Amino acid sequence: MTTASGPTPPATRTAAPYDVQRIREDFPILAREINGEPLVYLDNAATAQKPDAVIDAICGYYRTANANIHRGVHRLSVEATKAYEGARCTVQRFLGARRPEEIVFVRSATEAINLVAQAYARPRLAAGDEILITTMEHHSNIVPWQIVCEQTGAVLRVAPITDAGELEIDEFEKLLGPRTRLVAVTHISNALGTVNPVAKLVELAHRHGAVVLIDGAQAAPHLPIDVTALGCDFYAITGHKMFGPTGVGALYGRYELLDAMEPYQGGGEMILSVSFEKTTYNHVPHKFEAGTPNIAGVIGMGAAVDYLNDIGLNRIGTYEQGLLAYATEAISRIPGVRLFGTAAHKAAVLSFNIGDVHPHDAGTILDQQGIAVRTGHHCAQPVMERFGITATVRASIALYNTHAEIDRLAAAVATVREVFA
Amino acid sequence: MFDLSDLYQELILDHNRSPRNRRRIEHAGCRAEGYNPLCGDRITVYLSIGGDVIEEAAFEGTGCAISTAAASMMTEAVKGMSVAEATALFERFRAMVTADEDRVEADGASMGKLGAFAGVRRFPARVKCATLAWHTLRAAIAGDHASVTTE
Repeated sequence: MTTASGPTPPATRTAAPYDVQRIREDFPILAREINGEPLVYLDNAATAQKPDAVIDAICGYYRTANANIHRGVHRLSVEATKAYEGARCTVQRFLGARRPEEIVFVRSATEAINLVAQAYARPRLAAGDEILITTMEHHSNIVPWQIVCEQTGAVLRVAPITDAGELEIDEFEKLLGPRTRLVAVTHISNALGTVNPVAKLVELAHRHGAVVLIDGAQAAPHLPIDVTALGCDFYAITGHKMFGPTGVGALYGRYELLDAMEPYQGGGEMILSVSFEKTTYNHVPHKFEAGTPNIAGVIGMGAAVDYLNDIGLNRIGTYEQGLLAYATEAISRIPGVRLFGTAAHKAAVLSFNIGDVHPHDAGTILDQQGIAVRTGHHCAQPVMERFGITATVRASIALYNTHAEIDRLAAAVATVREVFA
Repeated sequence: MFDLSDLYQELILDHNRSPRNRRRIEHAGCRAEGYNPLCGDRITVYLSIGGDVIEEAAFEGTGCAISTAAASMMTEAVKGMSVAEATALFERFRAMVTADEDRVEADGASMGKLGAFAGVRRFPARVKCATLAWHTLRAAIAGDHASVTTE
């Protein structure tokens, strides 16, 4: 049972009560104090904190099993390879992919998108072909396509969003045409929290023969994903936003597509044999994993998936929906606050401004009270432009945040108004 | 309760509320644009220089309280200065907001009104807000028409 694109399932499906205090104990950093106050970490859309299970998996690998993978016959190499490939299967199941070969480990969701841009799109697109994205994309789902357009003469089309921050589906559909070769759309907007109806978007795009990439960097920590049910062709995630380490991400690609693609980078590991006359490339997915990979990172990412599975993304989603509704109510009733992103289907993100106070000033005042939020354009400048602003304050929640923390956020936002009264 | 008075001194809040010299100087002899990619803030600094003296200084743009007040107070401070004096003041201002707290340069007492920004050094993430206008001033003096950034 998965609902990859729709709202989170109702609370009635929740089995055991959600014990957030117990979950918090899994995250050692949450015990920190900042400026004499207990840390309130609400910058999860930038990066999430790491549970002991992830930290221990990384340390454990380095302490007991460190070796290069896929080529050693010695015991440590066998163990490291088993752990690395085990993580691939873990991520495969997490994303609902049909086979582990469909999971390519990369540095980040950004690299996953660049891989598709350069290894899939660039050799296949010609002048006049079209790539369709949306206004709400993160820069990492804009710039790689702009580069491909410059390289190939393809044209970038952008589907607009409403004042609520929702994709204008009709306009999206109108922009699909015979020249649309690729559609790249985010699952959840990092700046607005909008959850896109990606299954429907995939269906529309496929009707026009376009290949679809979904940027799932923000979705993975918040809702269950099933790429097979979605029918998408590529899906990009990053480890560090889903409680894993930085420097590791994964690309899901439909096997037939990956198999037909040329390599992204050349080097060791991605070859079967090398001579100066002819080099034969390795099979999928190793063809795309040139060089010694981030072995510890991949193992850590696998541990993060295990951690999420242990709690259950449906339960996490239900809890977070309640917390987001509470936060939305608490923040929006403060006089002078303007919310950006009021879509019917939202997750995890509360983007707002406080009167005409610059978000950086607000961010500093919140930080002085131990509250970590992101301030700025969130690497989504077209979203800021859409709303006629340069920046927002963004509070983004995760599975360990509490109602009491939201109360502290709301109280601190009120102090921002006092300083700049 | 947290203490923000080090950063948001009354003088800074006042200049944020009512920025001085926030206007375009038509036919300004020198101008430059500054950009802080961290926050997307942009500023344009205009200078009228007669002989070697900055006769008029103004700015346009919006930003946070620190960057707006810095631009406002900078234009007041450099008006009437020689180009060399303004450049030297840029160096002293930058030293003040980036200095270690226990060093002499950190003392804003010798900086007049600009000493209000001495507290910025305790907020490393905000140093670029305080220096954006100054970097742009220096570019305007140098006749550097390319946009400067804080990076």
